Amino acid sequence: MAGAKEIRTQISSIKSTQKITSAMEMVAASKMRKAQERMETSRPYAERIRKVVGHIANANAEYEHSFMVEREVRRVGFIIVSTDRGLCGGLNINLFKKTVESMKKWRDQGVGIDLCLIGSKAVSFFRSMGAENAVAALTHIGDSPNIADLIGGVKVMLDSYEEGRIDRLFVVNNAFVNTMTQRPEVQQLLPLVPDDDESLKRPWDYLYEPDAKELLDGLLVRYVESQVFQAVVENNACEQAARMVAMKSATDNAGNLIDDLQLVYNKARQAAITQELSEIVSGAAAV
Amino acid sequence: MASTVECDIVSAEREIFKGQVEMLIATGILGDLGITPGHTPLLTELRPGPIRLVIEGGEEEVFYVSGGFLEVQPNQIKILADTALRADDMNEAAAEEARRQAEKALENQSGEFDYSRAATQLAEAAAQLRTLQAVRKKLGK
Repeated sequence: MAGAKEIRTQISSIKSTQKITSAMEMVAASKMRKAQERMETSRPYAERIRKVVGHIANANAEYEHSFMVEREVRRVGFIIVSTDRGLCGGLNINLFKKTVESMKKWRDQGVGIDLCLIGSKAVSFFRSMGAENAVAALTHIGDSPNIADLIGGVKVMLDSYEEGRIDRLFVVNNAFVNTMTQRPEVQQLLPLVPDDDESLKRPWDYLYEPDAKELLDGLLVRYVESQVFQAVVENNACEQAARMVAMKSATDNAGNLIDDLQLVYNKARQAAITQELSEIVSGAAAV
Repeated sequence: MASTVECDIVSAEREIFKGQVEMLIATGILGDLGITPGHTPLLTELRPGPIRLVIEGGEEEVFYVSGGFLEVQPNQIKILADTALRADDMNEAAAEEARRQAEKALENQSGEFDYSRAATQLAEAAAQLRTLQAVRKKLGK
């Protein structure tokens, strides 16, 4: 019964894999709930500050902050938010595909690219791609990211924007649509994107208290930080959701595989019994 | 001109308030501000302090913010608060205690004393108390 024994060990190895994937599914499900909560609590702030900044970009400001000035594009910066761990389906690959696509568009116009990589998956992907200029990398941020953890990497990009090394800044991350769907998105952070509200398309300006420079310096840096933070939090929720779905389908596949193998095993065992019986019978007949 | 204006208060943690208001009174960095519908565009930093809203229909509501930004457009007001609380959720005894502690810390300064932190704490506690007094006045009315 050599064949049957081999099948039995195969079944038991698939069973133990199935146990692991179903455990990972459950862990991801509970982490997803928390990650989703985190994403939803910080979302209103990120949305409103983006709105306010959209208004500011429409204003004919007395003080032109460097973040508001549209410059000729010679070099662009990307902040790429990926996960630290794998086993989450096509989440990262879809994101990288979208990024590479949009990077190619810039490169075709002869524009250089700087990267700020968040998450080990992005680091290893863009290292294997080579050629790109990664100026900052942040890994192992964990499940509950802190704004303080991100400030370093964001500051590198903001500084190089202010010093004119890059003329545009984008953030790339997965947007959480629902548990089954995550959509890779490229969002422009700098220069500020004007809100397309018609009532703002006229010459106007704010009253600034205390004064424009101080106020905008504080607000705009906070804007970029909150957007990157939101991207990280959202990507985290996506990661958990994608992992949960991937692990669920892995568990289901393992179940199917076990069923198939069980059938083959039963057949093999039955064949062995039949063969043994017929040997006995024919042996007895010969006597 | 409309007699109400859309108002939005969010903190880093959650959305605090959204609705139509007749007037908003906030503590700006240069002093108290009263905003009514049709106000000229304004952008200011906020100090720790109460935000009083006169909601459509004349009812008043009070919030506490620990700082942030206020944006005014003729037809909408947005407050981006660092932290914001509904004043009803605030505890007067705790605020009073915090103020006493901060004052005490300011009095007996030792060598490695962090003056600016204590001053901030004192300002926040005082602002919370002011918020509570505003609530009390509203209820007594």
